Amino acid sequence: MNLEEYKGVFVFAQQVDNKVSSIALELIGEGKRLAEKLATEVTAVLVGSGVKDLADELAAYGADKVIVVDDPELKEYRTEPYAHALSSVINQFKPEILLVGATAIGRDLGPRVSARVHTGLTADCTSLEIGDFPINPIPGKEQKHNQLLMTRPAFGGNTIATIACPDFRPQMATVRPGVMQKLEKKEGAKAVVEEYNPGFTPDNKYVEIVEVVKNLTDTVDIMDAKILVSGGRGVGSPENFKILDDLAEAIGGTVSCSRAVVDAGWKSKDLQVGQTGKTVRPNVYFAIGISGAIQHLAGMEESDIIVAINKDETAPIFDVADYGIVGDLNKIVPMLTEQIKSAVANK
Amino acid sequence: MKVVVCVKQVPDTKGGVKFNPDGTLDRAAMLTIMNPDDKAGLEAALRLKDQYGAEVTVVTMGLPKAEEVLREAIAMGADKGILVTDRVLGGADTWATSQTLAGAIRNLDYDLIITGRQAIDGDTAQVGPQISEHLGIPVISYAQKITVEGDSVVVERQYDDRYHVLKAKMPCLITALAELNEPRYMTPGGIFDAYKAEITTWGRAELKDVEDSNLGLKGSPTQIARASDKVRKGKGEKVTLDPTESVAYIMDKLKEKHVI
Repeated sequence: MNLEEYKGVFVFAQQVDNKVSSIALELIGEGKRLAEKLATEVTAVLVGSGVKDLADELAAYGADKVIVVDDPELKEYRTEPYAHALSSVINQFKPEILLVGATAIGRDLGPRVSARVHTGLTADCTSLEIGDFPINPIPGKEQKHNQLLMTRPAFGGNTIATIACPDFRPQMATVRPGVMQKLEKKEGAKAVVEEYNPGFTPDNKYVEIVEVVKNLTDTVDIMDAKILVSGGRGVGSPENFKILDDLAEAIGGTVSCSRAVVDAGWKSKDLQVGQTGKTVRPNVYFAIGISGAIQHLAGMEESDIIVAINKDETAPIFDVADYGIVGDLNKIVPMLTEQIKSAVANK
Repeated sequence: MKVVVCVKQVPDTKGGVKFNPDGTLDRAAMLTIMNPDDKAGLEAALRLKDQYGAEVTVVTMGLPKAEEVLREAIAMGADKGILVTDRVLGGADTWATSQTLAGAIRNLDYDLIITGRQAIDGDTAQVGPQISEHLGIPVISYAQKITVEGDSVVVERQYDDRYHVLKAKMPCLITALAELNEPRYMTPGGIFDAYKAEITTWGRAELKDVEDSNLGLKGSPTQIARASDKVRKGKGEKVTLDPTESVAYIMDKLKEKHVI
């Protein structure tokens, strides 16, 4: 493998039902940042059926170039035709970096593609940098420059590891949704669009889609929520969760809870955050009337922003909260809801 | 019908994680379990055994100690256990691991291969799909329901906001979610059988159609640049204000962080 041949930062621009997924725009934003450090460009790879029109949206969010693989076989996501599309693009265009979202699609597609083109894949990255590998020079070992250093949590979030892929290309990573920043939208921005179709011939690996069933339930999985409004025993009663429901609705969030609340029978188990519940990493986590037992913290401390409201100033939740408010949730929460409502209305 | 199930012995991260003084994971000090998603995959295979008389072979790659999970699988009802262990296989990333397991599975007859979606120590969800790629068979990941129809499997495959019902001709590889089922307990008779059962042990020499350059640490495209204990999030701000001021404070912060 001649590593010098591989140039440019590529991102897999995931679309579902011909709508660009948010992760695609996040990857373009991050890809652009990396590309600038490497003095190169960011290329979005758009795969689907009848998706060419989406290229402008990708351009508006920073894609310099868009490669479109458009074929009726690619209408709904299926592993094989998508893996064929993406690995053919790699073989044809030879990117040095390829980013894929760590979504239910990307975590299926990424490994299949990395195995097909024989390169490394680092899963669920939360931070990407360009740097040297090894990070510190080791006598007798070549230190390579301009490598993609991919950082990810492992062992249930107990350790973090930084991974490199020095001898194979592209350097591939799946990236956790909601972590990287989109660029500001530039209306009217245009990208160079190139259509590429490697040809699709169904074989044993093309599985048949018998049925597509949408919206399993109306409840959002708390693991997917970007904003969680989480209540603990301090909320006081199941009826009083109404003020949390109202806040969640105003801010576009989802209600979750602590174990004490489930044990008391106020909420169902699927809403429970913590070691015996679900591990969540929303952008914002409101901990309302939650004292913050270590088992609870284990399930939510990776949240980007933690806002805690509790009347007990010694509650351990304040040890992990970015913004801790000592006070009465019954007074603060309803007032906060009203102000958020008017802020949103005035936007 | 023949089913191969891949399982991994993993540290029980729920029981807390212990570190060596140099910051690496002290695996010896931690309890180990059969990886939960793999156990659901095994249970799915055992249900095919109950229903159709499928023969269930369990394969694991690891240290000699990993034999324990094979005995556990046999105690649950699996027919056969194969341990793939060899010094030259150590330090493998997902590429080298999937090459190793594919090399072992090439020695076996199979209609269906079931792996867990991901292991709780690495959380990569890569090895199952990569094995299928090396073997040239279809993969259906994130399975939440599995049924067999003639020479095909029909699987409910979970996505974020939907599921697909997919049908694939066997042989096929499926990766199982822990939510797939409630794994059965070991039976007293099963435990007795497991104790007596012969575990097949394979090393490098037994792996079929795999090059040395694809195995172990040397065959791993990804390399660790740095590993560390997680940096705990530091304490943020804590304020005690009257309710109106408290709300103003939260609003300021939410605006500052572009939440609203």
